[in-house]
Amino acid sequence: MKIAVTSTGQEISSQLEQKFGRAEYFIIAETSTMEFQVIDNKASLEAGGAGIQAGQTIINSGATVLITGNVGPNAMKVLKSGKIKIYRGQRESVEKNIEMFNKHSLEEIVDSVEAHHGMKNENSST
Amino acid sequence: MKQIVFISGKGGTGKSTVVASLVKYVKNITIADCDVDTPNLHILLPHKRTAKSDFTGAKLAFINDEKCILCGQCRDVCRFGAISDEFVINPMKCEGCGACQLVCPVEAITMDNVKIGEVYEADSDYGMFTYALLDIGAEGSGKLVTQVKKTSQKKSGDQIYSLIDGSPGIGCVVIASITGADAVVIVTEATLSGKSDLERVQKVVRHFGIKSYVCINKFDLNSSVTHDIEEFCHLNEITVIGKIPFEPGIVKALQQLETPMDDVKLLHIKNEIVRMWETLEREMIQ
Amino acid sequence: MRIAVLSGKGGTGKTTVAASLAYAVKTSQYIDCDVEEPNGNIFLKAVLSESEVVHVPVPEVDVNLCNGCGECARACQFNAMAVINKEVLIFEELCHSCGACVIACPVKAIHEKKRPLGVISANCSHTFIQGALNLNELMSVPIIRRLKEKMNQHSHVILDSAPGASCTVVNTIEDCDYCILVTEPTPFGLHDLKIAVELVKKAELPFGVIVNKAMNENQTIKEFCHENNIEIIMEIPFQKEIAVNYSKGLLPVQYDIEWKKKFNELFRNIERSLEA
Repeated sequence: MKIAVTSTGQEISSQLEQKFGRAEYFIIAETSTMEFQVIDNKASLEAGGAGIQAGQTIINSGATVLITGNVGPNAMKVLKSGKIKIYRGQRESVEKNIEMFNKHSLEEIVDSVEAHHGMKNENSST
Repeated sequence: MKQIVFISGKGGTGKSTVVASLVKYVKNITIADCDVDTPNLHILLPHKRTAKSDFTGAKLAFINDEKCILCGQCRDVCRFGAISDEFVINPMKCEGCGACQLVCPVEAITMDNVKIGEVYEADSDYGMFTYALLDIGAEGSGKLVTQVKKTSQKKSGDQIYSLIDGSPGIGCVVIASITGADAVVIVTEATLSGKSDLERVQKVVRHFGIKSYVCINKFDLNSSVTHDIEEFCHLNEITVIGKIPFEPGIVKALQQLETPMDDVKLLHIKNEIVRMWETLEREMIQ
Repeated sequence: MRIAVLSGKGGTGKTTVAASLAYAVKTSQYIDCDVEEPNGNIFLKAVLSESEVVHVPVPEVDVNLCNGCGECARACQFNAMAVINKEVLIFEELCHSCGACVIACPVKAIHEKKRPLGVISANCSHTFIQGALNLNELMSVPIIRRLKEKMNQHSHVILDSAPGASCTVVNTIEDCDYCILVTEPTPFGLHDLKIAVELVKKAELPFGVIVNKAMNENQTIKEFCHENNIEIIMEIPFQKEIAVNYSKGLLPVQYDIEWKKKFNELFRNIERSLEA
C-alpha cells in the first residue's frame, strides 16, 4: 500500500514534519518495496486554504494512509472525504515512522486538533 | 523553537517598543516583523540586509485591448467594481478572483501574478531578522505575513525563541501572524480603547487555541481601567506578565533610536521588561 | 464634504482627531470604518438604537443537480472549494464572495446563500455609524463598503479609518474629498506617515497632516513635511492630562472650549482650501 508522510526533507531519512498543510514535502512510500517518491507541497506557501490543497494532493497521489503531526479541521474534512486514514507521527525520521506504522504502533487521528485550534489555521488572505 | 507573537488589538500601545527591548535582552533568538503594512522594528534594530526578494502573492486580471470587444460582460460580473467604463482594471480594487476571465467570450482576459511586496532578510547583533513591506494598497497582506514567518523559520537554526512583532487589529494579518504560535503576548494600555480592543483580540487568540499573556503599558494612566483589565485577565485565566508605567522618557529614547534597554534614565522600565520576560519564560517552561 | 482620517501607524490618535472633528462640527456624520477595532463610541457615546447584520454571499450546491465535475473548485482562486470523489466541500470562511464558482458551474447547481460577517450599528439620527467585524473573520472590506453606502449625502461626513495601508484603508478613503493623516513625532510615526502619504498620493486626494503628541524636541516630522510641501494643519501637544482623559474616554474638545474652537477652525480651513 501507499503511505504519505509529511517531511522536512527530501530523503526517507528526513525528519517527519509536524504541520500538515504547510509541510515542505510529502514522501509517498510503497510499503511492500519501500520505494518512495517526493512531492513538493505547493500549498505550503498558500496563505489561505493550505490544508485544503494539501489534502487534495495526498488524495491525488494515490496514498491511502497519511502520517503527520497535526491536521486542521479543513484539511481533515478533505482527507475524510478522500477516505484517507490519518496516523499521528512521532518526532522521528520518515522511515522510522513508516516502520512504526507497519508494527501498528502509531495512533490513528480521528478528530482535528483540539476543539478550535486550526479552525482557520490555514487562512489569512483578504 | 518557541514562537512568541506580540500583538495589541489597538495600535500604538507600545508593542514594537517592547519587542525591540526584548530583542536586546533575550538570547538565542530569531526576529520577525509581521506588521507588513507598516513595519517598524527595523528602525530600532541595527541590522545588515543580506537578501531582498519580491513577493508575488496575488493574481490580478489584465485585459488585452486588441482582443477585447467591449461587450461589458466582465464588468457585469465583477463584484469589486474593479473594471472601469474604459475597460481598464483598477489594481487596487481587483480581488484576483477570475470571474471576469470566466465570462469573457473572446479570451481577452488573463490572470497574472503580481508583486505585492518585498521580503527582507537581515543579520543583526541579536539574531537573524526578517521583515517585509507590503506595496501601498496591495491585496494579500496575510500571504506576505505567512511568507515572512516561513522565511524566518527556515533561518532559525537551533535558536530557542522566535520573537515576532505582529500587527494591530483582529483580521487577516493578525490571524496569519498568530497561526502556529506557541504563545501570544497582548500588549495593551490602560485606556478604555486599549481594554476594549484587548477583549476582542483575546477572543480571537483563544479561538485558535493559543495561550495568551498580557502586558499593560501606561498602567498608571488610569488605575480603574488597569484594575478592570486585570479582572478581565483573571476571569479568563490569562497571566498579566508585566505592567509598564507612563513614561515620556520612552518617547524621547525612541526619538534617539534607542529602546528603554539602552537608556540609563529608563532603568525602571528596563527592570520591568526583564521581569516580564522572566515571568513569560517561566510560564512557557511549565 | 467627506473627510477621511488615517495614519499608517496605529495609536497615533486617528480616533481622537476624527471624533473631535465630529464633536466640534455639529452637523456632521461620523462613521467608524476601523471595523476590526471600532473605538469611536468610547468617546462619542452615541446611543446605538439601530443595527443591521452585514451578510456576504457564499455558494451552496444543489446535490441533485451537481455532477461532481470540479469546475467550481478549479475556478475558485481562494481554496474555498474542493471536490473529492464527486462531493463538493465548501469552506465558507475562505470565500471572497466573488461568484466565480456560480459562473463556472456547467449545470447551474450552485446558488448563493447569505452568511453573516459583521454588524453595523447607528444612533437614531444616523449621525454616528460604526461597523464591527465578527470575531475570527478575515475580511473587513464588505463591511466598509456597506458603511459607505450609509454616508449622508446632505451633511459633512468624517470617516475614521483602520491603521495600515492595505485594502481596508484604500476602500475607506475612496471617494473622499480630503484626508487627514495623523502622526506622532517618533521614528515609527515618521516612517508610517511616509507610507500613508504615498497611499493618499496614489489615490490622488488632497491631504494635510496633524502631529499628535507633539514635543518641541523633535523636528523630523516638520522637516519631512516641509521638504515635501505637505501642510501641517494642527499640532496636539504631548500632555499627560490629555492622555489621562483619553484613557477615560474623554477628548479635549469635550472639556476645553478652546479645542472645540480649534477643531471648528480646522474644519473651516479645510473647507476653504478645497473651495479655492
